[in-house]
Amino acid sequence: MLTGWKRLLRSWQLYALFLPPLLYIIIFKYVPMYGAQIAFKEFSVTKGISGSPWAGFDQFERFFRSHEFWRLLRNTFSISLYTLIASFPFPIMLALGLNYVKNRRFKNTVQMVTYAPYFISLVVLVGLMLQFLDPRTGLINSILGWFGLGPYHFMAEASWFQSIYVWSHIWQNVGFSCIIFLAALSSIDPALHEAAVMDGATKVQRMRHIDIPGIKPIAVILLILNTGQLLETGFEKILLMQNALNLRSSEVIDTYVYKVGLVSQAMNFSYATAIGLFKAVIGFVLLLIVNQLAKKLKQESLW
Amino acid sequence: MRKSAMKESGADRAFTIVNYVLLSVFLIMVLYPLIYVVSASFSSSSAVVSGKVWLWPVEPTLEGYRAVFKNAMVAKGFMNTLLYTVAGTAINLVLSIMAAYPLSRKDFRGRGVFMLLFVFTMLFNGGLIPTYLLVKDLGMMDTVWSMLIPGALSVWNVIIMRTYFQTTIPNELLEASQLDGCSDIRFLRSVVMPLSGPILAVIALFYAVGHWNQYFNAMIYLKSSNLYPLQLVLRDILVQNEVNIEMLGDAKTAAARQGLRELLKYSLIVVTSVPLLIVYPFVQKFFVKGVMIGSLKG
Repeated sequence: MLTGWKRLLRSWQLYALFLPPLLYIIIFKYVPMYGAQIAFKEFSVTKGISGSPWAGFDQFERFFRSHEFWRLLRNTFSISLYTLIASFPFPIMLALGLNYVKNRRFKNTVQMVTYAPYFISLVVLVGLMLQFLDPRTGLINSILGWFGLGPYHFMAEASWFQSIYVWSHIWQNVGFSCIIFLAALSSIDPALHEAAVMDGATKVQRMRHIDIPGIKPIAVILLILNTGQLLETGFEKILLMQNALNLRSSEVIDTYVYKVGLVSQAMNFSYATAIGLFKAVIGFVLLLIVNQLAKKLKQESLW
Repeated sequence: MRKSAMKESGADRAFTIVNYVLLSVFLIMVLYPLIYVVSASFSSSSAVVSGKVWLWPVEPTLEGYRAVFKNAMVAKGFMNTLLYTVAGTAINLVLSIMAAYPLSRKDFRGRGVFMLLFVFTMLFNGGLIPTYLLVKDLGMMDTVWSMLIPGALSVWNVIIMRTYFQTTIPNELLEASQLDGCSDIRFLRSVVMPLSGPILAVIALFYAVGHWNQYFNAMIYLKSSNLYPLQLVLRDILVQNEVNIEMLGDAKTAAARQGLRELLKYSLIVVTSVPLLIVYPFVQKFFVKGVMIGSLKG
């Protein structure tokens, strides 16, 4: 009935609504992507992005040859993998456990309390860790003192850094991450459970044969998503936790980009952008590979 | 209820007990640090430093809170954060609705392309430095705008909202209103929005939490300390241990100052975390509903 143009004209209000967010995305997401070309240039502020001379892959080569390269790569991957593997099972276990709690009061209390840390800011979280781990006044060292251990200066030891980072991450996020699994569990057809009970299945059996298969698709999707975000280390938190003494295991690509680009004496925008771009490309490729792999395994995929 | 409890087999009872024990252990592990911080903040500084605080406040006092509220930087930071959170969240919500609603409409031509354009930014971005240069070129450095505009829209939240609109607003409503000659904007305002309370509350909370906890953008975009949000002030005190002497009030000796310094940190942690912890139980009941509908059926 309506031709294309008339239809378009009739919904002009939708386009008017959509214009501001679209402009926002173009300006604040796509313009920086265009700006990332300075990774291939010798950027100078006075000449601007398009005026600066091309430098080819010089910045990348410089990074690959620098003595920081392997250390950054190793730290970035080990922190990411450690986080991915250690933090994956806990929200699932919490959700499975909560699912069998009949006492509403208890269930709500556990949920309320375990969600709470999610709302604590990173600055406060790191502040907390510093207070608790303080060698002289900290709670943890007081407790260790009872057993005749310590005091340890946890934050000053490179070997402790990654574990402190990962386990504080789990403490903060486990409750919130379990929401999605709880919802998946609640969408499982109760008839399955009833039938299983009729057949005399125990709770453990029901968990193994009904609940776990029921949440498996979600778990796989989340695992894919998290793997795709593998290199997105919690950069802001790492930056807060860093000090000169733990730098050996705490410097990751993102913190290095920040330092090279915005803090160091010899700020180098092009070099920092090249390093950032290198990481972004690896992350992107990783996501594609994982998704392809998931498709092959006939599991859920993102697209 | 009683019957099923009686029928519970030995294996099931064992399972239930183990389950409750594990969950309780878990509860304590999350809860204890929080209780400790609150108790420490109300204890005397000497009790905190000498490690006498375990569970409840020892020699209760408001010393720490007095030092917190006397400090001009903390007060200023608190007001700045309040401004950034309220104004920023308002901008976030308006922009998100403006993006999510058209994207939820099947008759919105080009929505596939637009969606792709949006989603791609989740997978790939220009990076820290190009974004920084953009903000600089736009003249936002060291202004309030740098706290409000660069993070004005989260694509993830737009997708959640869009899915919610798609799944909860019946198409028949739209058709009926169109027959009555209702415009799209009017339909959005007087039908969609009133029906979307839960998702709006959840998304608003997500954005607000982001603004409240924001420190990194402030650190790179702001220079003048009178624009600093609370988190940046906190970082100086909690992480970099830069407590200025006036904050410590009338503590004379070095030991007393050291004690008050620790105490002050605990009080600060409580003061900055409490506002969000108060708000979130009210929104919590919407969580599962809002977040689920938004992300699962995507």
